[in-house]
Amino acid sequence: MLSIKARDLWLNPRSRGLFFQLLVLLSLASFLAFISANTIANLQKAGLTTGFDFLSNQAFFDINQRLISFSSQSSFGRALVVGLLNTVLVSSLGIIAATIIGFLAGMLRLSKNWLVSRIVTTYVEVTRNVPLLLQIIFWWATFTSLPRVRDSIEIFEVFFLNNRGLRGPSPIFEQSFFWVALVFLVGMFATFAVSHWSRRRQMETGKTLPVFPIGFLLLVFLPVMLFWGLDEPLAWELPKRTRFNFIGGINITPELLALWVALATYTGAFISEIVRAGILSVSVGQTEAAQSLGLRNKQTMRLVILPQAFRVIIPPLTSQYLNLTKNSSLAVAIGYQDLVSIGGTILNQSGHALEIVAIWMAVYLSLSLATSAYMNWYNKRISLVER
Amino acid sequence: MNSTFQNNTKKKRIAPRAPPIGSTGAIGWLRQNLFSNIFNSLLTLICIYGLILIIPAGIDWVFLSSQFTGDNRFACQNTGACWAWIDQRTGQFLFGFYPEQERWRPFLAFLLLIPALAPWLFDRVPAQKYLRIFSVVYPVIATILLVGGFGLPNVASDKFGGFMLNLIVGLSGIVLSLPVGVLLALGRRSRLPLVKWVCIGFIEIVRGVPLITLLFVSNILLPIFLPPDATLDSVVRVIIMVTAFASAYMAEVIRGGLQAIPSGQYEAAKAMGLNYFQSMRLVILPQALRISIPGIVNTFIGLFKDTTLVIVIGLFDILGIANAMVANPDWLGLSTETYVFVASFFFVICFSMSRYSMWLERRLGTKGSTGWSS
Repeated sequence: MLSIKARDLWLNPRSRGLFFQLLVLLSLASFLAFISANTIANLQKAGLTTGFDFLSNQAFFDINQRLISFSSQSSFGRALVVGLLNTVLVSSLGIIAATIIGFLAGMLRLSKNWLVSRIVTTYVEVTRNVPLLLQIIFWWATFTSLPRVRDSIEIFEVFFLNNRGLRGPSPIFEQSFFWVALVFLVGMFATFAVSHWSRRRQMETGKTLPVFPIGFLLLVFLPVMLFWGLDEPLAWELPKRTRFNFIGGINITPELLALWVALATYTGAFISEIVRAGILSVSVGQTEAAQSLGLRNKQTMRLVILPQAFRVIIPPLTSQYLNLTKNSSLAVAIGYQDLVSIGGTILNQSGHALEIVAIWMAVYLSLSLATSAYMNWYNKRISLVER
Repeated sequence: MNSTFQNNTKKKRIAPRAPPIGSTGAIGWLRQNLFSNIFNSLLTLICIYGLILIIPAGIDWVFLSSQFTGDNRFACQNTGACWAWIDQRTGQFLFGFYPEQERWRPFLAFLLLIPALAPWLFDRVPAQKYLRIFSVVYPVIATILLVGGFGLPNVASDKFGGFMLNLIVGLSGIVLSLPVGVLLALGRRSRLPLVKWVCIGFIEIVRGVPLITLLFVSNILLPIFLPPDATLDSVVRVIIMVTAFASAYMAEVIRGGLQAIPSGQYEAAKAMGLNYFQSMRLVILPQALRISIPGIVNTFIGLFKDTTLVIVIGLFDILGIANAMVANPDWLGLSTETYVFVASFFFVICFSMSRYSMWLERRLGTKGSTGWSS
């Protein structure tokens, strides 16, 4: 009697599913219990406590590369913020450069010029097939073996490249620069409004507006005129050479420079493949159809090809941006003080391994979840609406 | 009458005139591909100028003005590269600190790898069936060869290093991640919500964090997670974390393969009366894995490049050996030579694998992208 009942339960998909899930739940729970019991025992043995209180303790180390003030009296928590900002800094610099390199290389690879496309292919294949860490270390070794400060390589007498990095002029914003920026911002909104209104008008009446000249007037002409009219709203502080070093200007450290160049060229190679595939994915029929509708070449590109190519390009492009951000953690190998590197230092000093690893994972996970949320939203927005 | 007329026209037919000189042959090719308009011509000239600057100087640096013999960097007085260290250091670059008289063991393991892999990567391999059986026992043979036992002296894993370590970590990571990845992929497509969400959680967490943080976990947290008196070898710890990392990516590749199988196959398997495990094992997975091979190879390329990250937790893979050599007083400052040498290893292997995967993609008519992180 009982055996028949058990057999019935087994043959019923719902009860069988419940049984398997219970099995998974049990094994997961016992696995976690095993790990946490071990962890508690090990931490007790080592005399360590857990909790995030240590973040307010004083950090007894210095950070050279920082965007906010930091001294050895500051707290561990602030050190982590400095590291996070450094990660954000190198990632955003890298993303901008990688996008430019990637789009350029992607389009040049499709060029009809055989030599150009071969050269770009070589660049893409070499950078893609060599480990990124090796490239970072290579660039770092190259930048740190540049001439000493005394024999800096001058670029246009404004930039100086030496074994301490790249030094260039730093901008000094006068108060009047505020007005230029304001005019530019207002111009941006106005251009946006005009183009929106013109599109609606075109939909209704078929009449077009010269949006481009209006935008040019608002965005470029007015701010530039104001810039010239005001008394030097923006000045540049040039680096001055002293006997042993430079004073003034901005210095980019060799670590940041190496990481930036390596991340940009490496990710740029991947992006170029994405761009190439995106452009190739738009069928020739689309170009022909646009031409037979009487669109000019530029219009064909802008109104027909690019919107369709971008539909293919954007999702993998965003995941490349995410990859670049994750790869910036390789900074630890050359001593650029990013989130992972500073976290490692704190870990060694305080012994709070669990907490530091949790912070790392939380930061990178929230970044990647935000990216995938954006990607889902974008995919939904641009997905083809079939009539 | 009619036929004579036709004959006449035939006689009068003029052979097509040769295309103008300059639109065919070498000149035509040049015109079409390099000098099609002013802008293109300018671009070509700039490129040629750049190549003239780079290529002869590069050849000169690598071969002509370089030096291949000598005991230390002071022996290199030439203007070109200094390759003198290759003679002394190649063994270390390949095998790390593996004892010299035992180095035939990893070498033999590497040679045996070829017949173990061939039946899975290519179709018409002689004695395919036997080789597949061999490749199942291969991991055991390789482990015995590398670690010792059965009369072979033991070699501690802290002696493992160089390119050998990259291969060991990369290959074991990919092979072990295959079954885990299959389970995760099946789990992610499961109808059971708990199973599905556990798998999604694992895959997304692992894919969301950099490998470096996972390696720190292997180095610092794994010992904490284990019972207090248990110890785990450092190479084994790395392989565990690399496997966890790769299996999340593998799961996504295999999920792609599973999705590409038409639902008719699932329905046919059900109609035959096969249960879930039978239909997966006999019908779905053989097809899904087959079309996933290009993706698996791409995953391996990414993983293989990422094995260099083990230097961050203090292992001496080929890049670690290179770093140590660059810092060695005898060879100080030879960073360009050393890193170019190491890069060429990876380039040859990764480039040929990516060509293989492209060839396979063309043959199978599938895409094998993985979205691998680096």
